[in-house]
Amino acid sequence: MIDIAVKKVLRDYMLDVNIQMPEGGTLVLLGENGAGKSTILNLVAGLMAPDTGHIRIGGETFVDTTTRTCIPAESRETGYMFQDYALFPHMTVYDNIAYGLRIRHLPREAIDARVRELTGPLDLLSVCDENVGSLSGGQRQRVALLRALAVKPKCLLLDEPFSALDVRTQVQVRQELKEILTAANVPAIMVTHDLRDAVALGDRICLMEHGEIVLCGDADAILQKGQHPFIDQFFIRS
Amino acid sequence: MTTTMERICMRGNLPLRILVAILVIIAVLFIGIPLAALLLRVPPELMLSSLQDTVVIDALFLSLVTASISTVIVIGFGTPIAYINARCQYPGKKIIDTITDIPVVLPPAVAGLALLMAFGRRGLVGQYLNLAGIDIAFTTIAVIMAQVFVASPFYIRQARTSFAGVNRVYEQAARTLGASPLTTFFSVTVPLAITGILSGAVMTFARALGEFGATIMFAGNLQGKTQTMPLAIYGALQGDINASLALAVILVIISFAVIIVIKILTEKEEAAP
Repeated sequence: MIDIAVKKVLRDYMLDVNIQMPEGGTLVLLGENGAGKSTILNLVAGLMAPDTGHIRIGGETFVDTTTRTCIPAESRETGYMFQDYALFPHMTVYDNIAYGLRIRHLPREAIDARVRELTGPLDLLSVCDENVGSLSGGQRQRVALLRALAVKPKCLLLDEPFSALDVRTQVQVRQELKEILTAANVPAIMVTHDLRDAVALGDRICLMEHGEIVLCGDADAILQKGQHPFIDQFFIRS
Repeated sequence: MTTTMERICMRGNLPLRILVAILVIIAVLFIGIPLAALLLRVPPELMLSSLQDTVVIDALFLSLVTASISTVIVIGFGTPIAYINARCQYPGKKIIDTITDIPVVLPPAVAGLALLMAFGRRGLVGQYLNLAGIDIAFTTIAVIMAQVFVASPFYIRQARTSFAGVNRVYEQAARTLGASPLTTFFSVTVPLAITGILSGAVMTFARALGEFGATIMFAGNLQGKTQTMPLAIYGALQGDINASLALAVILVIISFAVIIVIKILTEKEEAAP
């Protein structure tokens, strides 16, 4: 379950969104840069606080200004994949993926088993001991995703997960991510400016503009000409 | 690498290049000649015999111990200040920033006098400490306080710059993965800022080791108690110049080591991705 109803004054405009997704699944926030999409991820993750409103994910209230509830970021158990991945540059691939598990004081064998379980299917076992600086774009993207998934998050937050990849890798990774999201079966919120990502992965797509949701629905409802210039530009391009 | 063509194109700048080369040579000689003169005056046998002199041994031991303790104190107090000033906005931040920077520009003798006025027997705080039977001035503790006072900005400034250079997104990533602010600080922020922190600590150690003005004003010049190496150099100059020269050479060697360590750390930081 995803229930976000927040207001926050930002530098250029007021963020004012109201999204309910009782069935869970993947929510995609679509829009131009600076529309306030990433701010919503930061609000859900607990890296920012709303001025008013509430955020409830999977039945748990992360923040509610009326009851003055606010769970700190480290206790929300979200898996956040940042736009530039934010892989810890001083750690190996293994240490990056194991970071959240070590914080939880899991025994070494359990950490080892979890990292192997995650890296195996994505062909990352062989690079586990390498520093993240030596990885390709696609590998970095996978490591960031696995680091977020390793802690079995209650909610997955993905900020432009494909923007740093070349077009060929994007197609492959998009499919991979779809499979991973289905297997993980946790509510996910993905931010993108690309309609193709939104249509491929979103159970619900919300188009954002200047901090507000201007269009919301499933892929079929969104993919209609003449609803909004942002959607129409993709028809012109293709 | 300069190609032949580039060299031909740069020929027009020849007079300017010669002028710059002359200035560089003068600058290098200006620093190099006194150091060479010092090293040439102390043959190895004189150095070895001076190292058995109690004045030298006491000063060397006291200097190394007090400078080490001062560095640890500065790291302990300076790290939180450096981090908060690099990351947070709060009322009075500029004032705290300025106060922590003041000892860099304050003449050490003034620093020593200020410490004496504060913690001396009749000082602002010292008079109350005196009533409680605590005397700080002219003790080894005074040496450490003088060193901390003058050397702390070297660490705080460097650490603050290093913390500010750590991309906040790494800290945010750690927080979302379950790390508390303190765990995030030690597992992500410090390792990413470590080269700057270390060079700041090394600079602080070197500055503390070379401290003279504030120490002589606030702690005096008592052998084995407050007479650090620079004070012993000054003291020995009036009598046994050989001891003075031997101590000076030790300080030159330590200074070289400090510069080399900082160079290695800086190059390591530049080479990091």
